[in-house]
Amino acid sequence: MYSQGLDQRDGRHDGANTAEPAEALARFQARIDAEEKIEANDWMPDAYRRTLIRQISQHAHSEIVGMGPEGNWITRAPSLRRKAALLAKVQDECGHGVYLYAAAETLGVSREELVDALLEGRAKYSSIFNYPTLTWADIGAVGWLVDGAAIMNQIPLCRCSYGPYARAMIRVCKEESFHQRQGFEIMLTLSRGTAAQQAMAQDALDRLWWPVLMMFGPPDTDSQHSDQSMRWKIKRFTNDGLRQKFIDATVPQAQYLGLTIPDPALRFDDASGHWISGPIDWAEFRRVLAGGGPCNRERLETRRRAHAEGAWVRAAAQAHAARHEAKAA
Amino acid sequence: MTESPMRLWEVFIRARNGLAHQHVGSIHAADAEMAVQAARDTYTRRGEGLSIWVVPSAAIAASDPADQSMLFEPGTTKPYRHPTFYIVPEEVGHM
Ligand SMILES: [Fe+2]
Ligand SMILES: [Fe+2]
Repeated sequence: MYSQGLDQRDGRHDGANTAEPAEALARFQARIDAEEKIEANDWMPDAYRRTLIRQISQHAHSEIVGMGPEGNWITRAPSLRRKAALLAKVQDECGHGVYLYAAAETLGVSREELVDALLEGRAKYSSIFNYPTLTWADIGAVGWLVDGAAIMNQIPLCRCSYGPYARAMIRVCKEESFHQRQGFEIMLTLSRGTAAQQAMAQDALDRLWWPVLMMFGPPDTDSQHSDQSMRWKIKRFTNDGLRQKFIDATVPQAQYLGLTIPDPALRFDDASGHWISGPIDWAEFRRVLAGGGPCNRERLETRRRAHAEGAWVRAAAQAHAARHEAKAA
Repeated sequence: MTESPMRLWEVFIRARNGLAHQHVGSIHAADAEMAVQAARDTYTRRGEGLSIWVVPSAAIAASDPADQSMLFEPGTTKPYRHPTFYIVPEEVGHM
């Protein structure tokens, strides 16, 4: 998922590049307006390229870091069926990271640079993965809600103006539906189970509901990149628009499960046909994004350790390849 | 701390018997054998293919998008290369 609201600045400036001729910019915008796809070797404004590198790589980092909270439960899944499903899901998320890094690389950055930016804490990833998965029910809630929010966000990205990103998203979207459904099935089993299991499902929803709503990013009134990204058709819907779609789709599912959305102000608005949510605590969102969430340190440390522990494997593979090439020459 | 870059490969997959291999994406790997294995894990987890080709990305030569009109416009301005350019009376039947 997880680029919406994640298109936060990493410290690079996206101002207009005055060296770019107005004529080229106009021709570029005309192609976008005509729904033409932009491909890797096509001319594009610097800011378009930088915006995409930032968004796609943040998206890729999120897929990779997102393996942490779920991987946490693979060895403790309650049955072989659940374990096989969770393992397959986590493997998919790794694949999503790989598709997305590859899409970002078409814009002229290297995989190594992108990974370093994550490990050195210079790059952002979705705030949701800085929350812990404390119980098995959290795995259900993550699949149902986090992947559910991901789907909401990713489907319009399949029509993104940048071809390699759009194609990666089509591949990702094909795989997401299983993620959400296996999560919902876990929630359904728990919510039809013992009182303790029901309480566990409710507790997971209580803790994850608001962080999931924050996944769609800051409200439209202060989203820094929205307008330009919409003009460039990188984004097709605003943060608030997608968040509303998600709430409308999810509230009836929670009702079916017999669970209560932890929002006393939540109400159905007859006039608009929408579920209207209470106020979101944006201070918490900013705190988590800035590194102050419950698991930020642990998530990054896990990535750093995995990368460091894999270094000898990468070095050995390179040495092996070099030796065989020397022999063949 | 940047390591020496892992080589990039383009991945092509034959989805079904009788179809051509089609480009599906790219992968990093130190050599061809590992590239095939990584491509299998990344691009064929749900029966998407029967055969994989990997090609070093650096080996691909591509046309320049700036040359698009020079290269391809002649192909669209020669209607006499298409069968519908020629008149065959209806009574002759299908040809
Ligand atoms: Fe994913
Ligand atoms: Fe997913």
